[in-house]
Order: sequence, then structure tokens, then C-alpha cells
Amino acid sequence: MDKGDGLDRGKKSKPSDQLKLTEAELKENITKVLNTHNPHAPQNIVRFNYKVRKFAAYFSCSTIFKVLLCLNKVPTSLSKSTFLASLFFDLSQATPVEDGGEVEEAEEEDRPDSVASKADKKGVKLGNFFHFTDRATQTLNNPPRQINCQTAPPPRSIFSATANQWQIYDAYCEELQKQEKQKATLLKKETDKSKKGVLVTETQSTDLTEVAKETKILERMVHQNTFDEIAQDFKYFEDPSDKFRGQEGTLLPLWTFQHEETRGLSVTALCWNSKYQDLFAVGMGSYDFCKQGRGMIVFYSLKNSSFPEYVFPTTSGVQCLDIHPQHFYLTVVGFYDGCVAVYNLKKKSLEPVCKGTPKTSLLTNPVWQVRWQNDDIDNNHNFFSVSADSRVVSWTLIKHELISTETIRLSVNGGLSNVPDDEQLVNISGGTSLDFHKQTDHLFLVGTEQGKIHKCSIHYSSKFLKTYNAHNSAVYTVKWNHFHPRVFISCSADWTVKIWDDTIKVPVFTFDLMSAIGDVAWAPYSSTIFAAVTIDGIVRVFDLSINKYEAICQQLVVAKKKTKLTHIEFNPVHPVIIVGDDQGLVSSFKLSPNLRKTPKVRSCQNSKDLSIRKNPSLK
Amino acid sequence: MAGTGEAKKEEADYKRLNSFPLIRHTDMPEEMRVETMELCVTACERFATNNESAAKMIKESMDKKFGSSWHVVIGEGFGFEVTHEVKNLLYMFFGGSLAVCVWKCS
Repeated sequence: MDKGDGLDRGKKSKPSDQLKLTEAELKENITKVLNTHNPHAPQNIVRFNYKVRKFAAYFSCSTIFKVLLCLNKVPTSLSKSTFLASLFFDLSQATPVEDGGEVEEAEEEDRPDSVASKADKKGVKLGNFFHFTDRATQTLNNPPRQINCQTAPPPRSIFSATANQWQIYDAYCEELQKQEKQKATLLKKETDKSKKGVLVTETQSTDLTEVAKETKILERMVHQNTFDEIAQDFKYFEDPSDKFRGQEGTLLPLWTFQHEETRGLSVTALCWNSKYQDLFAVGMGSYDFCKQGRGMIVFYSLKNSSFPEYVFPTTSGVQCLDIHPQHFYLTVVGFYDGCVAVYNLKKKSLEPVCKGTPKTSLLTNPVWQVRWQNDDIDNNHNFFSVSADSRVVSWTLIKHELISTETIRLSVNGGLSNVPDDEQLVNISGGTSLDFHKQTDHLFLVGTEQGKIHKCSIHYSSKFLKTYNAHNSAVYTVKWNHFHPRVFISCSADWTVKIWDDTIKVPVFTFDLMSAIGDVAWAPYSSTIFAAVTIDGIVRVFDLSINKYEAICQQLVVAKKKTKLTHIEFNPVHPVIIVGDDQGLVSSFKLSPNLRKTPKVRSCQNSKDLSIRKNPSLK
Repeated sequence: MAGTGEAKKEEADYKRLNSFPLIRHTDMPEEMRVETMELCVTACERFATNNESAAKMIKESMDKKFGSSWHVVIGEGFGFEVTHEVKNLLYMFFGGSLAVCVWKCS
């Protein structure tokens, strides 16, 4: 590459006195090592060592320090056995003569580390004083104290005896005798145990009676938790859609009551308890003439819908029952076979307190209605019953015995009791319902199979006060109004419900319900509201102050279409109705606000005026 | 001779029949009592001829199990009065003729 600038490039100029070497020698790599070896320093200085009292080789430490410092390779820890350590820490312990060989090693770069690492295995590690300094401190030591204790020695007692052959022998004889006796008693016990074995197990299992009350409370709590929504509805739910529905109302279904043993029986009577307003009685029997069998009286509480409070099985079907308004534990029951019985709830037996049979028991004449009356002068309980043999009988409960007195005999022509029985048979008509006036005790109404309603009085046993040709067929229910002294309602097998004023011979209102009626009931909070149940499973609630022609609520309350509703009752306090059907099921419903309108003060007056307007022919 | 022979037979029978351990007096707790009794029975059966060895075995075992220091006496005829720690005494008969007394007192 000749650039032609006059300078000689690429040509190496050699000085004349340069050492002449061959090519091979030129290429040879010579390593030059820098070390701190001072070639001018003497290697063999000898000084007098006063400790050893000899002339010994003297090495200047400063050079070594400088070396190590320059290298930054002061080892942090040294084994005690190395020379370096000895230099650092205790010169007196150094034995330079022995370690002389190591000095040369120390002068080189990485030797200190390797020396230390080699010697580490032998000795104890020391930290150098560049990186480590010793610091010491003395904490406060608590002064020592002596505590002595002497435990109580284990309790001791003294025992003494003698061990002789005869003592041993006697002891063994006694023991044998005891064992024989025990065997004998064991044999006896075994024979006894086999007899008593059964009893022992029984008593162990039926201890729930001790905690009966607590288990009952627990059962109610569980029931309330299970049916919590229903309980809340019962207490607080007010159907808000009633505002938009105009005058109509609805029935909110609440609990349903059913008992296993009542299958096949229909509800024949319902009655609320006056004192415990959550308790009601259900009479079970059968309306079917052919299928008469057993019956049952079941008491349910709203607090427990899954199991009844009391169950009384009866031999004959129950037709009617009534709970005493004052003595709430007394219930009178009328049976299909014509008997009446009084049950006392306070007593734990399943048998009635007393039972009364009719005098003439040739035919089965079911007792259709029983009603308690106030206690008579002698404070004896008494009640009235009406039965199919056309008698209204007054029964008095005297010391666990029922004494009957015939009050009145129902006959087509009008109650002549002087005529002998044979002739009377043609003219009698069986009574089917009975109701006493709410205010005047002696007045009562009797409905008959013929369809007539008679107003009678207890005091007049021979004559009716008034007779109404009410219906074309049997009257199922008559009931006085709770508030109005002259109004009563009747329902009958001719599918009509009629409302009467007892001064007027013609009904004030007539409702044709297009279906056979089971029962009708007045509401206890209003004089214009009543409810009727029919066999097509519909509950109809009427409010005469709102709508005189139609029901303000018609609701189908049964699940199956074939079930017929047989009875209905209003709860005296809560806005609840219970409805019984022919399957033995009792359902409870809450009345919506529209159905619960209490009347204004003058509504009784209004209904009377309205009745006059409706039948202008009357005065 | 026949009488003594019979007597000896009776004695042998009696010993066979009544060789069950019979506790005469004890204030030990149930477990301790059962264990000690079994230990004594084992020791006596093992060292039927040598009371000292039996006693030694019992004493050493009791020391290990229940702490020092136990005392054991085995014999056929002796009287005694001892101070013992409460709930640590067992006095029993065994084998029809042997009496064992075990107690603790340190």
C-alpha cells in the first residue's frame, strides 16, 4: 500500500544496537509479573529478638500490610494457626523460623486467602481487626437469693397384722363361703331378671312425659319456624290489592289442618273456643247415611297445624259440637246414634265425662245441633239439643250425670204434646238446627227437615211463638245475627240462603247460590257480613251494606274439585275463618281488608229501611 | 398313718383349691391394687421355694413402677406392725399358706 506521501510506511526501521533475535524467539510470549518484591531490600535481616533471646530473622510487617491494603484482600477471618493471624493478633506467639517459608507465599497476590483457607480446617477462626472490633458490656445481674421450702411428707399410717397358717386357713374358708352364697343369689337374680326384663326397657323409653311441656313448646317453636311465612301473613299481611279491587275482597289461605286418623271422615262440626281464640274443635263423622262408622273430636290450635292438641276417638260419628262460652274446657257433642256426651279437656282421659242416651232409641236419630246455655240456678251446666226425632231436649249436667228434659216437640201442626205418641208420629218433622238468641236467652230458633223455622221459647214448651215457611226442603242452619236483635239467617237444601227479620214472615233477602249449601255463618265483627260455603268448594262472603245482590268475595278454596265444603266458622277475634270439607281437612283463611269493614253505627237501621224498600207490600 | 395320709391329701387339695390370691387388707387404688396383686402372684409362683428372691423381685418392680422405697415381706408365719404411706399398702394371702405384705415408706 503505497500512498506516495514520502513517508516510509510499513517499513520498520531498526536501531542499530537492537538485540537480534530469531523469528521463533520473537514470537515467544514472555510473561512479566509485577510484584512488590523489592529486589534492593535485604532478604536476610537478622535482629535480636528479646522475647526469644536470640538472633532471629526480622521481617518488616509494614510491607506486608501495605501489600494487603493495596490489594484490598485483607482476609476477614483468619485461622489462628496461620502466620498472618499471628502477626495480626499476637506477635509473641509468632514463630518466624517455622513459618519462614510462608512469608514468600504471603507476598504474592492471592496467597493470603489460600493460606487461610488451607489452614482453616485445623484451627479456630478469628476475625481481623479491620472488619471486626470487639465490644463488650456487662449487664446487670440480679443478686442471688436463697429460697427454701419443705414439702409436707406423704401421709403415713400404721398397720399391723399377724400371718399365721391358721389365719390364712380361716380366711380362705370364709372366702369360699362368701363365694358360694353369691352364686346362690346370682341364680335367683337371673330367674327374676328374665321376668322383669320387659318392664325395665319400657320404663326407660317413655320418659318424655317428664318433659312434656317443654317438648310441646319446642314443637310449637319448630312449627312456627317452619310456617314462618304463614304466621307473618296471619298477623300482618293486609292485601294491598283491595284498594284497586273496588268492593271485592279475597281470602288468603293460611294453615291447613289434617290428622292421619281422620281419613275417610268428613268435618261435621266446627267451633271456636271463646277463651283461647286460637283453639278450635272439629267434629268428624259422616253425612252419608250408608257409611256410618266411627267418629272423632279433634282440637287444633292455630299455633300447631301439624298435630292436634287433643284427639278423642268416638264410636259413633259426631254430628255437632259446642264449646261452653264460659267454661271453655267443656265441650258437648252430639252423635249420629242419638247420644250426647260432654267432654272435659282438663281431664286427661279420652272418655267423656258423661254420656246421655235418648229415651226412645228404636231408630238412629242423629243429634243435629247442640248448644250450651247459661248455668241454671243451681250452677249446673245445661245445654239443648235438637235431633231428628223432632225433639228439642234440655239436658242438665248434675254430678257427672246427664238428665234430660224434653222442652218441645216439633210437629207440622204446631207442637201439641198432649197427643199420645202413636198419632204424633205422622206429624213430626225432625229438627235439623238450633240457635239461641244472643241477647234474650229464652228465645231460640229451630229449623226442621220440612223447611220450616220455628221461633220458640224455653218457657213455652207446648207452642211455637212463630213459624216461618222458610224453605222448600230441609233447613241446614239457622243463626241469629250477633248484633241485630231481630235478624237471622237460614240456609237450606234448596240452594238458597235467606235473611229474615223475625217480625216479618217473608224473608228480607234471598240469595240463590246455584249450588248446594253446606253452612252459613255471621261475622262477629259486623252485622251485615256473612259467609256461605257450598259443595262446589267455593266460599262466598256477602256484605249487605255494600252489595245486596252479590257476594263481595267468591273464592275457590279446595284443591280437588270433588271436595265439598261442609262447615264454616268465623274466629271471634282474629280476621280468620276456618272451613271444613268432606275429606276431613280444615283450612284457615285470612279475610282481606275489604271483607272486614266494620259497620257504621247506623247500618242496622239502614238494613231495616232497605228491607222495607225491597218489599213495598209490607208495612 | 392313714389319718396323716388323709390329712396330707386334704392339705394338698385345700392348697390346690384355695390357691387363689386373697386380699386381706389394702388401701391402694383399684388399678395399683390389681397390678401389685398380679405381680406378687407372678413372683411367688416363679420363686416358689425362695421367698427372698420373690420379695426382691416384687420390691424392685414396685420401686420402678411406683417410686421408692417399697418394702416386701413374704412368709408363712410372722407378725408385723409397719408405718406406711397412705394408699400404698397391700396385705394378701396366696397359695393357701403364703402371706405377702407390701408397703411403701421412704
